[in-house]
Amino acid sequence: MQSAPTSSSGSAVKTSSTTPLGGGGSNDSTATKRSTRVRPGDFIFRGLSTGSAVLIMVILAGVALFLIISAIPAITADWSTNSQLNTGPTAAFPNFWAYVGPLIWGTLWSAAIALLFGAPIGIGIALFISHYAPRRLASILGYLVDLLAAVPSIVFGLWGIIVIRPFLLPLSDWLSANLGWIPLFGGPVTTTGSTILAGALVLAVMILPIITSISREIFLQTPRLNEEAALALGATRWEMIRLAVFPYAKSGIVSATLLGLGRALGETMAIALIISPAILVSVRLITEGQNSQTIAANIALNFPIATTLQRDALIGTGLMLFVISLAVNSIARLIVNGKRGKRKKGKDKPSTPGPLSTLPSGDFASATAIDVVAGTPRIGVSDIEGPTPEEDIEGARY
Amino acid sequence: MLLIGFTVVGWLVLTAVVYLIALGILSVVVENRRKATDRLVRGLVTVAFLLALIPLVSTLATVIAQGASQISWSYITSVGASTFDPNTLTVTQTPGALQAIVGTLIITGIAALISVPIGLFTSIYLVEYALPKQWLARTVTFLVDVMTGIPSIVAGLFAFSLFSIIVGPKAFSGFSASVALSVLMIPTVVRACEEMLRLVPGDLREASLALGVSKFATIVKIVLPTAIAGLITGIMLAVARIIGETAPIFLAASFTDNFNANPFEGPMQTLPVLAYTGYAFPGKDIAASNASAWGAALLLVILVVILNLIARIVAKIFAPKGMR
Repeated sequence: MQSAPTSSSGSAVKTSSTTPLGGGGSNDSTATKRSTRVRPGDFIFRGLSTGSAVLIMVILAGVALFLIISAIPAITADWSTNSQLNTGPTAAFPNFWAYVGPLIWGTLWSAAIALLFGAPIGIGIALFISHYAPRRLASILGYLVDLLAAVPSIVFGLWGIIVIRPFLLPLSDWLSANLGWIPLFGGPVTTTGSTILAGALVLAVMILPIITSISREIFLQTPRLNEEAALALGATRWEMIRLAVFPYAKSGIVSATLLGLGRALGETMAIALIISPAILVSVRLITEGQNSQTIAANIALNFPIATTLQRDALIGTGLMLFVISLAVNSIARLIVNGKRGKRKKGKDKPSTPGPLSTLPSGDFASATAIDVVAGTPRIGVSDIEGPTPEEDIEGARY
Repeated sequence: MLLIGFTVVGWLVLTAVVYLIALGILSVVVENRRKATDRLVRGLVTVAFLLALIPLVSTLATVIAQGASQISWSYITSVGASTFDPNTLTVTQTPGALQAIVGTLIITGIAALISVPIGLFTSIYLVEYALPKQWLARTVTFLVDVMTGIPSIVAGLFAFSLFSIIVGPKAFSGFSASVALSVLMIPTVVRACEEMLRLVPGDLREASLALGVSKFATIVKIVLPTAIAGLITGIMLAVARIIGETAPIFLAASFTDNFNANPFEGPMQTLPVLAYTGYAFPGKDIAASNASAWGAALLLVILVVILNLIARIVAKIFAPKGMR
């Protein structure tokens, strides 16, 4: 019983590429009886796979658990009397919440500014690549933007120090001189350029790829027929995008933006290297030494010099960051998953070929695919319609 | 007022703005408002794209310009050190990145060893075993998505607290950093592998199963070989992604100038951390520290580019015939 299927499986693997599906039909009845038996290899493999899936849940729970365990001593301590906490960078704060409050503000504030720059540009790029760029160029352009994601964050940080800081100096001076009465641009103007504006600008560059790639993916999923219908009715390209693409991609854009926000919240190096911070609540954009510090940068800067309890306090701030970004990411994913669930029905093939697919409809493609698998020669329809990319792949493989 | 942008970039921006406005007005006059809006939007998205290229080009140019002078054979093959000369009372720094290169390779390697099996098996579970409506599958998919958004510094804090609770305080080690990187790498590997496995046509599996091949053999002999190019590419890209992480390594492995090739004992230096500390915590000779940081940054970029190239070449070579 045990040896028969394995020996037949060996030959089946070899021949499956050439014999049509019907070839294995002769031992159908025995196969149904056999299927109830679980082979040990199967059992182990299944266990390993399921175990890994469970392990991921354990890891995530472990992250939360160990952060909480480490942070509790600092959160519960009385900061004004504790000898480890009433010195150094934590001296000015009566308790943990007074310490983490301004840091949370700084994190949200810098991320919000980054989003203000990054989101419109990111969505614009996605639109350019999906609907405006020449088709041949589109994938290369997409690759260029993805390259931005490949550049390590530390490199962006260093780049911000020597390029963005001096680049923004004239702008800061001008803003301070002419618009200084607005609180955003108030305070003594920077002389080195270590402003939250510079930091947020670098953050914006770093979140561009994620916003672009997700929006692009959603834009490309717009039903082709809707777009063609809009164009056929005489809409200009922009009107087509507004009528067919945006309503369809609305939730996708929202979640792409939220994911970008999540990325900006956790970025460490750009902020840590560029801005000259203080732990306070401030909206000022172009001062130095009075910028709101972010959680991540504060950890990176103070961790090496912290006492044990101060380290626990930093871990506590990290826990807050974890909670915030978890919330932002969960909301984003829930939005995008809800949308995707609705869309699944219309989407027949996981591999949507490039931009502006020429695939007429799902039924046609899957029907021909089945024909190809069954070994019938490709005739008629496919030759008339011209082979789609999908068919070429399948045809070559079988 | 126009003087704010009295630089090359400023003028480019100004030109673009003037061009767009003029284009809009002319189009309204000559054609109509609908066409004008269309042209304006086309101009805007093109500008958005060009804007994104500026930081890309500028970053790479800066890194190469600043780092190229630093990189030499001795920089790559010697351990950085600072020596104190008691006669002249000066500290001379000899630049070197060997300790950082070795550290980066060891830490990333261990992280990959941990993450790839877990990630691959999880994606196999999600694609091959789980039923779409099963709660475990849905939960894991959701958690993987959420995990991709964990701030890297939180992963570093996790590894530090984990090891300081188990091993005791001062538990800096390369292995700890690898654990931190794994937390960041696993979701990336799962996502990439999952996508690739889903691309394998269901007909292949059905054909195999219909011939009486066991599920295990179907996955190992049919599904994985078909997807192998995509899997390797995805894993290489995941490695390229974490090799540049700074914050988690900085917290978990700390930093050092000493050569340390033992991942289980003591602080370990890595390229991104060398780049960070060169600026954030420079030594006596600030200029030398900064230069060393740029050298490390360039080496890092080169490593990332190599990994990306390998990923692409693998995708080309192993791709089934006819695949794009």
